[in-house]
Amino acid sequence: MSRAVAVVGVGQTHHASKQPDVNCAEMVRIAIDKALLDAGLSHEDIDAIVLGKAPDPLEGIMQPEQYLAGALGAHMKPIIRVHTAGSVGCTTALTAATHVASGLYGRVLTVAFEKQSEGNAMWALSPNYAFTPPMVAGAGGFFAPYCRAYIMRSGAPSHIGAVVAANARENAGRNEHAHLREPITVEDVLASPMLWDPIRFLETCPSSDGAIAIVMANEELAKKGPRKPAWLKAGATFTEPMYVPGRDQVSPLAGRTCAKHVYAKAGIKDPWNEIQVAEFYVPFSWYEPMWLENLGFAPLNEGWKVVDRGDQKFGRHLPVNPSGGVLNTNPIGASGMLRFGEAALQVMGRAGEHQVPGVKTALGHAYGGGAQYFSIAILSTEL
Amino acid sequence: MEPPKERVKFIQTDLVLPYHYYAGDYKALYLRALKDKKILGSKCSATGKVFVPPLMSSPDAHAPCEEIVELPDKGIVTTFCVVNVPVYGRDIELPYVVASVALDGADVSIYGLVQECKAEDVEMGTRVQAVWKPDGERQGDHTDIKYFKPTGEPKAPLESFIHRL
Repeated sequence: MSRAVAVVGVGQTHHASKQPDVNCAEMVRIAIDKALLDAGLSHEDIDAIVLGKAPDPLEGIMQPEQYLAGALGAHMKPIIRVHTAGSVGCTTALTAATHVASGLYGRVLTVAFEKQSEGNAMWALSPNYAFTPPMVAGAGGFFAPYCRAYIMRSGAPSHIGAVVAANARENAGRNEHAHLREPITVEDVLASPMLWDPIRFLETCPSSDGAIAIVMANEELAKKGPRKPAWLKAGATFTEPMYVPGRDQVSPLAGRTCAKHVYAKAGIKDPWNEIQVAEFYVPFSWYEPMWLENLGFAPLNEGWKVVDRGDQKFGRHLPVNPSGGVLNTNPIGASGMLRFGEAALQVMGRAGEHQVPGVKTALGHAYGGGAQYFSIAILSTEL
Repeated sequence: MEPPKERVKFIQTDLVLPYHYYAGDYKALYLRALKDKKILGSKCSATGKVFVPPLMSSPDAHAPCEEIVELPDKGIVTTFCVVNVPVYGRDIELPYVVASVALDGADVSIYGLVQECKAEDVEMGTRVQAVWKPDGERQGDHTDIKYFKPTGEPKAPLESFIHRL
């Protein structure tokens, strides 16, 4: 029988296109110090460390868990590194949670980062596999055809992507840590260059440097903390291979299955009315309506109607990405853990200016690879 | 050596990483066939689904795919992207179209460029055919298919390809 898991501390760096004042080790250390301070703990209180980041070619540092062991505080402690592409941050947080839930560790520190300015993300994310015809079109090029298929099959009007991008930027304006915060209008988005048709420049996530750290604890230790923790009600990770006959790349089965699994475990029957805030992994604007459907917040092909009505905006029925999300802050390896961490902060009532009032239940979500890895967490004010 | 005049803020390191990958018997067969302008796939013994490039076992049924089948070099653009941004490793004129192409008889798609037409003329459902490198230039790798070009046949209906994007 697994044990209850609580988030007791969250810390993140500011996120920017370049953090030239720090190297990778120093950058993760900033997030760790903030998380430990937030939890009222120090390194001696930590029993194990779980690190996540996206592919090593992003910084060209192979096995960063070796180089970073000192900065992570892993001296005489177990460390494990997790890697599931874009979803890695959320999967890493869930791996840390499993460490606590197993009963083997009382408090676990989990960290995720990316320092994209040090390499070439377009290259690192466009691998050329030796025996499969290559795509070589960048990350946007990979996902644009699925966005096109979504638009085709849902009949969504073409401005929906731009509405998502403008709203996400407005949200980021309330998040002091966000990378891009300057307001943009729907017209600005529509007038921005078409990079990977149908995805425009302002509908695309940036490349960021940044890190996040989270401290998790078991029930007994969490209750000793200085403030109310966020309880992990449910978390799951599901995967599907890239090339399976009949695969639905627009609304992948692994995502739908993952959502159903966590809702069942958390006792949620109607996510639209029982969850007060959601942080989805939206690297390209069209993924917001796509995930609204995939995660059961809207019927198939109707996610765009939620966006058209504005029901996912800050102050409306279900704020999606009140932090501004991946569209405005994207240190890839950390992006999924930011969704988990932001959901936890919302539950703890400590999200600052982008706090949604009265949050009892929040959802954090990440996806990665060829839209094939899915991780979802449900955080709650109640144990 | 003179010390640098500017304050050192970073160092640049270039990595050169040569690898050689063994294809395995299935992929080796497939690569050799490209040299002869043939595209090979494999059929799942449990579901009858056809994979290209050929797989030794299917990812969904986990069953052997021992039967090798030859596929036509024609198919359908299931979905695509018009690329307007330079991408490392793809040195061609912008904009260009990268498409998922479902070859006739295959249950999964492969990637390919679509050329000999304007980007705006490519649609979901456009019928295309492979354009091969000339005889004597094909080496048994993916570049043996230079790109796909529209055949001019009527557009395929959505339901014939939406399940194999």
